[in-house]
Amino acid sequence: MIPAQFSYRRAASVSEALDLAAEYGEDAKFLAGGHSLLPLMKLRLALPEVIIDIGRLRDLSYITDGGDHIAVGALTRHHDLEHSELLARELPLLAHTAGQVGDPQIRHRGTIGGSLAHGDPASDLPAVVLALDATLVARGPAGEREIPSGEFFDSLFETALQPGELLTEIRIPKPPVRGWSFQKFTKRAIDWAIVGVAVQGNAVGLVNMGETPLRATAAERALASGAGLTEAAALAAEGAHPSADINASREYREHLARVLVGRALEEAATRA
Amino acid sequence: MKVELTVNGELVAADVEDRMLLVHYLRDVAGLTATNVGCDTTSCGACTVLLDGESVKSCTLLAAQADGASVITVEGLADADGTLHPVQQAFREQHGLQCGFCTPGMVMAIVSLLRENPHPTEEQVRSGLEGNLCRCTGYHNIVKAALAVGRLSGQESTAAENGSAL
Repeated sequence: MIPAQFSYRRAASVSEALDLAAEYGEDAKFLAGGHSLLPLMKLRLALPEVIIDIGRLRDLSYITDGGDHIAVGALTRHHDLEHSELLARELPLLAHTAGQVGDPQIRHRGTIGGSLAHGDPASDLPAVVLALDATLVARGPAGEREIPSGEFFDSLFETALQPGELLTEIRIPKPPVRGWSFQKFTKRAIDWAIVGVAVQGNAVGLVNMGETPLRATAAERALASGAGLTEAAALAAEGAHPSADINASREYREHLARVLVGRALEEAATRA
Repeated sequence: MKVELTVNGELVAADVEDRMLLVHYLRDVAGLTATNVGCDTTSCGACTVLLDGESVKSCTLLAAQADGASVITVEGLADADGTLHPVQQAFREQHGLQCGFCTPGMVMAIVSLLRENPHPTEEQVRSGLEGNLCRCTGYHNIVKAALAVGRLSGQESTAAENGSAL
């Protein structure tokens, strides 16, 4: 399979990427590592007329300590997140989960910004940035703006990014409660999660439990009001509307969410 | 567009369609057909090559994205005199293949894995190969081959690095 025809443009700087995006408008898509977009293009599920390759913007690949937060450049690869000593120390949930994305080859190419901007509810990292209360930084024709992770994921494959806007940085506050866990249930090692759970302290992010990645708010509220872990885990699927597909029914996903949230809370408690 | 790659140490340049995938560039332009197209959906790893020293799935990369980079395929592993790369030699000794279709990708994935982690545990080898499928289910001997090279390079620390571009 090869993608449909398109024109390839390579950006040498962020400002050139923005200029190209302004020039081509909605006909264009940014290409970072390409590991979400190219498979969709090969299947003709995405048909951009112009590809703006931002994969060489190395100045958007970094992990830095900002004092009360960690700043991660949008083009930082999963492989670099996985092996970052700074993340292992300050945000082990992100480092660990990045190492669970796809497989080593995919992690050599895929980027955190690409994964988030793709807006796939079955991806691992969106639930992690939700659980970490991250802020996403986007640059566009009107300058830079900050988007809270809780307002970033609009619907299936849709995010708050406007045409012409480029996700540039993910700012993650250093978590006040250290305990964390990531759980995912797959049929094969490299598959997308049938359901996944990211826990940091009392924050619980859910993978593949609806049209967007989401927080398990009922379980979080129970924890905040002093409920036990088992009691909170029983509420893990409250308010979620997971889809049914070839891998799982809606009921099975709800069951998995309760089981995995229970396991995640227990594991996080051992690390607190 | 014009795409220039260093493939197994030799410069290859061609005008290709913007949409050409790296695997097709390697097979159809460079004429190196050991790299297989298996699933074509980033799952099976048969198309794994090294891009600037790291394993990637060449069915999920535009040739244009790799422009200017160095690519190593399984054809580029052995020395000019035919001496096999230690990973190839280990596949031979441990009987690490059956039908052979996944082998080029498996070998390249292991070369990359051992560059990042020269002495992996069995568990690290198994999770390091999660992106490569063998439909003969010959995983056990493939893992044995990777572990054999890891042990070998423990005894002769430079053996795996000597005498090749790797």
